[in-house]
Amino acid sequence: MSVVEIKGVTKTFAQGNVTALESIELELQPGEFVSLIGPSGCGKSTLLRVIGDLTPPTHGTVTVNGKPAHRARKDGDYGIVFQDSVLFDWRTVAKNIALPLEMLGWDRERRKTRVDEMLDLVELRSFADHHPWQLSGGMQQRVSIARALSFEPALLLMDEPFGALDEMTRERLNLELLSIWEKLGSTVVFVTHSISEAVFLSTRVVVMSPRPGRIAGVVEIDLPTPRTAETRYTPRFFELVTKVRELLRSRGEHLLPEEEELLEADR
Amino acid sequence: MLAHLRRAGIVAVAVVALVGLWELYHWIWATAGWTWPFAVNDTSMPHVWTIFKAFGQPAQVNQPSLINVLLHKTAFTAKEAAVGFGVGAVIGFVLAVVLVHSRLLQRGFLPYIVASQTVPILAIAPMVVVWVNPKLPVAIQGWGAVAVIATYLTFFPVTINTLRGLQATDHRALELMRTYAASRWSVLWKLRVPSSLPYLFSALRLSATASVVGAIIGELPTGLQNGLGGAIFNFNEYYSIEPQELWATDVIAAFLGIAFFVLVVLAEKAIVRRAPENVA
Repeated sequence: MSVVEIKGVTKTFAQGNVTALESIELELQPGEFVSLIGPSGCGKSTLLRVIGDLTPPTHGTVTVNGKPAHRARKDGDYGIVFQDSVLFDWRTVAKNIALPLEMLGWDRERRKTRVDEMLDLVELRSFADHHPWQLSGGMQQRVSIARALSFEPALLLMDEPFGALDEMTRERLNLELLSIWEKLGSTVVFVTHSISEAVFLSTRVVVMSPRPGRIAGVVEIDLPTPRTAETRYTPRFFELVTKVRELLRSRGEHLLPEEEELLEADR
Repeated sequence: MLAHLRRAGIVAVAVVALVGLWELYHWIWATAGWTWPFAVNDTSMPHVWTIFKAFGQPAQVNQPSLINVLLHKTAFTAKEAAVGFGVGAVIGFVLAVVLVHSRLLQRGFLPYIVASQTVPILAIAPMVVVWVNPKLPVAIQGWGAVAVIATYLTFFPVTINTLRGLQATDHRALELMRTYAASRWSVLWKLRVPSSLPYLFSALRLSATASVVGAIIGELPTGLQNGLGGAIFNFNEYYSIEPQELWATDVIAAFLGIAFFVLVVLAEKAIVRRAPENVA
């Protein structure tokens, strides 16, 4: 069973009569890491919000874990990470990670065990009792990831999570995210506007084009795993980056034959 | 430690400067014989040392010293103000929580809440005494009515500021809570209330001093003699003979207000955890 199934999703905003998404078809298998990439206004964040039931689609259906997106949100089937870490200032790092667990009614003992595990996972054990403002931007985002994963959701939605960080921090967090993903095996939807980030992280890159927001093409990323810092220097990495870049540039008008096929298959 | 010393030093310098200004003004106006804005003499502006000497002397024959009497009265007024402050803060907070959840109630009630504060407290105090006092349990009759008047002054800033704080909740944080399918109750207690605490406390600072003023003024129409309001009323009668006693009472009343304010600030420091740049 697919984790996410998007069928004929269209989203129009009444204000300004904008078509943010048009006839989107996409399916995610368990354990996939799928990046949504495209220029601003292509609807990639809107698509993520539609999957998370934070924005209702105008037409079409979204199924998460075999349930309507609304039901899936109510059941806590996904964790989310925004561009800003959205940590609560008045809570310590440990308490921030425990927030969703409190909502799920876990008892103190169980919460503590899980929070400790998550702190180890994002390597912030010694910062458990710090407050968010005492951490760097990269550390805050790691806390945010730990919080999103604390209740072991089947699906992780990430909306440009490293967009506000500097290049060095971003690349380090990319590696960390990959190792977490390999450990937990969750399914990830990752919105980004960085081509190299998308290629480096993903099993599949979905390239979107704007006005109206459409899927311009899908690129399978066949880079070997586990990926390391060296992966970025391999010829195959450059080929894939180029492929995504060309798709972005063509806006779906001049596709390579195999990309045409992929596009057809998706429609 | 050094910072504490420095602050204490600044306070001491400020007090000395204030006393110096008072005495300098007194000396210049008295020597020059200026009568604008008012003629300065030992009645209109008693010397600082006269005021402080008054603390040690009995206000009436065969009575304990003034400071002794005033401290008892201060304790009485402090009780009224503290109860009024506590009840007012709770009512103010609950009102804000109710209003933030209903736009309709907000539209309907907020104008009246604002209007309630445009009526001078002195005009309302007698009615509170007449209407509320007889309904109170005998044990708290009198000072209970004064506490109600203090409540009236306290709740308003708390309602307005807390409402604003509850509405100012970060929309991304609200969205995060939505992804957890959090109930209204959870959103209120885990997000809206904690994030609005700085607003609440800035209101409580205002209310702390207002509740003391409310208690003192409330004592006037009740005719209570046990508090600072009664003392001020009394010493006012004898101002032309012994002005220093009214001044001494005013000094004590000011200290009571400051004490309330400081307590709120200390509570805020203990409770509110925020990034340094977000602390008012």
